[in-house]
Amino acid sequence: MIELVNFVLLGLLAVTALAAIRLHDLFAVTMMFGIYSLLAAVVFVVLDAVDVAFTEAAVGVGISTILMLATIGLVGRQERRPSHRPLLPLAVVIVTGAALVYGTLDMPGFGDPDAPVQRHVAPRYLEQSPEEIGIPNVVTVVLASYRGYDTLGELTVIFTAGVGILALLGLRRRRPSTQPTEQEKT
Amino acid sequence: MTLNIAVLALLATMGLALIRAVKGPTVYDRILASNAFSTKTVLLISVLGFVTGEAELYLDIALMYALIGFISTVAVLKVSEFGDLGQPRPDSLEESP
Repeated sequence: MIELVNFVLLGLLAVTALAAIRLHDLFAVTMMFGIYSLLAAVVFVVLDAVDVAFTEAAVGVGISTILMLATIGLVGRQERRPSHRPLLPLAVVIVTGAALVYGTLDMPGFGDPDAPVQRHVAPRYLEQSPEEIGIPNVVTVVLASYRGYDTLGELTVIFTAGVGILALLGLRRRRPSTQPTEQEKT
Repeated sequence: MTLNIAVLALLATMGLALIRAVKGPTVYDRILASNAFSTKTVLLISVLGFVTGEAELYLDIALMYALIGFISTVAVLKVSEFGDLGQPRPDSLEESP
């Protein structure tokens, strides 16, 4: 049953991606991206990667759709015809994809219990985290406790990026709105 | 058995909504198809939660999907109505004191 669901979801993903490439109305392409993110999130849920599905839903469906819509508000809705032939980029993409698929052939099978990633520290996290930490979700335990300093560093990076972007975008916009409106009309 | 039929029906409905989103001649067809697709995703995740037996975990995700689908639908409708997402325009600047 789950295999059938996976097949159908991946088929719908492929259809959505092809439609997003073929359409020239950027508004419709944005809707396609939203549908693609929803499908990808369902695939993550089926794969039991619940936290990744949370992130995909929040970022893919929510934030990036809104960012793309704001961009459409600035640049207009119609895509221009490309000025170059797509054959060379297509060949490059096919070769790169074939190399990546070839690289995955040496990886252990999906869900293999003897894979190195399952044998190093994962058993300790799975077995000891209820006594040591006491949070039911193991991924949250790893992110927030076992690798807490890593997460703190990531949060510092994201906070710094946010402050930098606010300094670039927000401060100049704020000043005219507090001034009287005669200056804005000129 | 009933849950399997429900999953199959939901997948078929998602396919139909996707067809409408791809073909849909007007913007509103696509908005409606995307919104229906979002709703079907929420339902599919809920049903899958009962299929796999971890319903309480999956229901949280389904709730969050419902919230986010609503937000993006509001943004899409705002762009299709006004042409932008509320960047400052001349008429809105003149109204402010």
